[in-house]
Amino acid sequence: MQDFPYLTVLTGLPLLGAIVVWCLPKSRPETAKIVALAWSLLVFVLSVVMWIAFDAGGDRFQLRESYQWIPTWDARFTFAADGIALVMLLLVTVLVPIVIVASWHDADKSRRSIPTYFALLLVLECTMIGVFAAADVFLFYVFFEVMLVPMYFLIGSFGGHQRQYAAVKFFLYSLVGGLFMLAAVIGLWVVGGHTFDWQALTSSEFATNTGRWLFLGFFIAFAIKAPFFPFHTWLPDAGGAAPAGAAALLVGVLDKVGTFGILRYCLPLFPEASRWFAPWAIALALIGIIYAALLAIGQNDLKRLVSYTSIAHFGFIGVGIFAFTTQAGTGAVLYMLNHGLATGLLFLVVGMLVARRDSANIRDFGGAGKLVPVLAGVLFFAGLASLALPGTAPFVSEFLVLVGTFTVNKPVAVIATVGIILAAAYVLWMVQRTTQGNLNPALLEEPRMRRDLSVREKVVVAPLILLILFLGFYPKPVTDVINPAVQATMQDVGKSDPAPISGTTTEAAVK
Amino acid sequence: MTIKFPDIDYAAIAPLLIMFGVAALGVLVEAFVPKRARHLTQLVLALAGLVAALVVLVTQAETRVVTAGGAIAVDGPALFLQGSIIVLAIMAVLLIGERSLEKGGPFVAQAAITVGSEDDRRQAARADGATEVYPLATFAIFGMMLFVSANDLLTMFIALEVLSLPLYLMCALARRRRLVSQEAALKYFMLGAYASAFFLFGVALVYGFTASVQAAPGRMAGGVDFATIHAAATQSPANRALLFGGLAMIAIGLLFKAAAAPFHVWTPDVYQGAPTAVTGFMAACTKVAAFGALLRVLYVAFDGARWDFTPVLGAIAILTMLVGAVLSVTQTDLKRLLAYSSIANAGYLLVGVLAGVREGISSTMFYLVAYGFTVIAAFAVVTLVRDADGEATHLSRWAGLGRRSPVFAGVFTFILLAFAGIPLTSGFISKFAVFGAALDGGQTWLVIAGVITSMVLAFPYLRVVVMMWLSEPGESTPTIAVPGALTAAALVIGVAATLVLGVAPAPLLNLSDTAGQFIR
Repeated sequence: MQDFPYLTVLTGLPLLGAIVVWCLPKSRPETAKIVALAWSLLVFVLSVVMWIAFDAGGDRFQLRESYQWIPTWDARFTFAADGIALVMLLLVTVLVPIVIVASWHDADKSRRSIPTYFALLLVLECTMIGVFAAADVFLFYVFFEVMLVPMYFLIGSFGGHQRQYAAVKFFLYSLVGGLFMLAAVIGLWVVGGHTFDWQALTSSEFATNTGRWLFLGFFIAFAIKAPFFPFHTWLPDAGGAAPAGAAALLVGVLDKVGTFGILRYCLPLFPEASRWFAPWAIALALIGIIYAALLAIGQNDLKRLVSYTSIAHFGFIGVGIFAFTTQAGTGAVLYMLNHGLATGLLFLVVGMLVARRDSANIRDFGGAGKLVPVLAGVLFFAGLASLALPGTAPFVSEFLVLVGTFTVNKPVAVIATVGIILAAAYVLWMVQRTTQGNLNPALLEEPRMRRDLSVREKVVVAPLILLILFLGFYPKPVTDVINPAVQATMQDVGKSDPAPISGTTTEAAVK
Repeated sequence: MTIKFPDIDYAAIAPLLIMFGVAALGVLVEAFVPKRARHLTQLVLALAGLVAALVVLVTQAETRVVTAGGAIAVDGPALFLQGSIIVLAIMAVLLIGERSLEKGGPFVAQAAITVGSEDDRRQAARADGATEVYPLATFAIFGMMLFVSANDLLTMFIALEVLSLPLYLMCALARRRRLVSQEAALKYFMLGAYASAFFLFGVALVYGFTASVQAAPGRMAGGVDFATIHAAATQSPANRALLFGGLAMIAIGLLFKAAAAPFHVWTPDVYQGAPTAVTGFMAACTKVAAFGALLRVLYVAFDGARWDFTPVLGAIAILTMLVGAVLSVTQTDLKRLLAYSSIANAGYLLVGVLAGVREGISSTMFYLVAYGFTVIAAFAVVTLVRDADGEATHLSRWAGLGRRSPVFAGVFTFILLAFAGIPLTSGFISKFAVFGAALDGGQTWLVIAGVITSMVLAFPYLRVVVMMWLSEPGESTPTIAVPGALTAAALVIGVAATLVLGVAPAPLLNLSDTAGQFIR
């Protein structure tokens, strides 16, 4: 089963679907929705088959395919997946069908073509899969940049208040980051012996200064994408203005490209520079954890609040990556997955609330739990998952990051822990102000606020809740896949784990 | 005394001869063919001539020869660039020949009539436009093709004049906004004349230099053919002032045509005032010709002075990119915006030229072709967005165009993304090629400047996209005219080439790579 060209088909299939959906007549939007959903489910099934075909104990990179593209530059269509990429691919293929169901009526209000909306979602899926599956630096860059275009139109054409401003800001920020990376990619090609092959490049040596500059080019692009403090200001705008489904993909998956890129490109290609810049990166991550959490506490806009929480979470991921221990690294990758699920859920639920009230302002809610108890319950659960309550999946990852960091750098771990307390503050306060307390009389005048979760909405939230709980209690299937890849990455950086002091506890956590 | 005629390889210069013949024939058509049949005859003649020249050119693909007494070099770059000029010119001629958008076509019959006079109003309203534009265009194309294969400075100068004079005239032919059009022509002519004078004076200084080097007994006198200049420049005598002065002046002449800062001031006015089809022709073909000539002069003749001219031209490249990028941010007219964008692109092309390695030649040539396709398609869209007063080029008028006609707005968005260098468009591949070559050649600062200006330049493009898609259509949003078959063909060719060169650039990259070798 290893011989089937999984990654090529997985990348191409959504694009084909997008073309089909886009060609469907505008007069029959239901057909477009159903085709898009069926198509994304097909992609999901294929990705599950691929997961089964992937041998967790085998080579680091599997399912490798390589086709000639531009021989003059030795740029190739090379796809390959390691454990980290595999997990991210699954996250994409799981989230997209859910988002499609969640956005069933999102485009109806807009006067734009409904098939276009779903076609854009599928194009976005294609580029997201491509960016995680690419094992050729040039190909990665192509997907990294092209990813902007569908997202730009999703925000700009179908978004809410201030969508133009948000879309342009998103595009310009990402493009600036991308151009830094372009310079670094060209530089890498020149000093790396005129090749773009990831494996060939990892084995080449660079002069210290060259390596640091190139690292910086890649790192800035990824830090903008992730986003890390101080490159984060576009995310609350984009997340606040995007339609809920697109926002879930934006924060849940698109931003992971940044942290994924650091793990796949910055660390193995420039180990010396990674070690040299690590303290700075950790400092930025710590500032992000605290600063974004404080800003989240101060937000009155639900979608912006969720955006800020995820900036704080990206701080944790950043700390986990640059701690250079296998536990922290595994925690960070697991966090990328769990954050995608938890924040994706949170965004979708918030979107349901916002759609009912036509407002994202927290002051417009209050006591909503009395009207829509199930929705309020799901919001509460999503909030708890987001603050990493034990029993939910993010807890495992946050714990691993902190434990892994503590073994090598105690002050960092301690400061990061403050973020947990702040997380409790912003989540619980948000939940209290929206669903608890006295009923806001204005809510009664809104007939839609009386409708609790519909069947469609239950279909949206149920799989995410189940996954969060399952991975909270039994993360082993995922950690088994991630661990070898992270270990290999740490070897590339040249860091080995410190000898365990009382090994049993941390080992148990990994298992 | 017998005069020995130089040997001429007629097969090698056959494409040039065909274009010259077609141009001359076009003049005869003007004189003898009845007025009704003239437009069709001219159009068919021009297109047939271009296609014939292209076919002959392809059969000569392996030719590498210096012929006509050393005046013309037919080598890889010359053939590649001539082919590019022909292909892009076919697109431009298609645009020029379009008559369904406007009664009588986009040109007037007599450019020199006083604007606002009774005669002028009559000719602007009257149906038939000038068909002289075809021989003018074919002469210009002939000049461009000669320009990129000229092997001495005098031939190059003659080619420069042959390509420039028809262009000056063509700028003045716009049917709408006659005054702006005439102003554009005059401005282009005046400044172009200065640039030509600089070029000619540079040639004289270089002749002086070679003569001073070769003055040793038993040697020949000086010369302006590239082999002599190369030999003289590499001998490094005591006084190189004449060489530098001459090179500087020749460069001014060429950079003026290429629209590099600080010799760019004519560009926005001329691009705006000229008929849009002619603007597209200039933006694509003139750029190819100017940079082709610049490549040959720098790589063949003045190779020995590389260390001396690279810093100066590098500064010009950075200035050009900065001026083009920064000023395009403030533009409110679409044609002016495209003009400043073409200035910035001239800067990127200079980055490729200055790479100083073989990849520099091939990447510059690739860039020229890719950019030419895209820019002609862009101007083709501009001709389609019209209201009662002709083309609506003010940016605010494009608001909400995506709602009115999503197909054309989509096409234009794709073109703008290509200009911005987003992957899967030819714009990305060509930027990558020139920056890669420049970094290979050690020009790190040029690449950094290029990347930074690309960031700035993304903003104006994005603003147009926002205007078209994210703004609501206003009362004054013009409709998009249904393109005639000719415009549609040009548009399809341009957009398809932009996509194909972005997704599968390997064949053309290979071709430009194998062609990237000058002969001396």
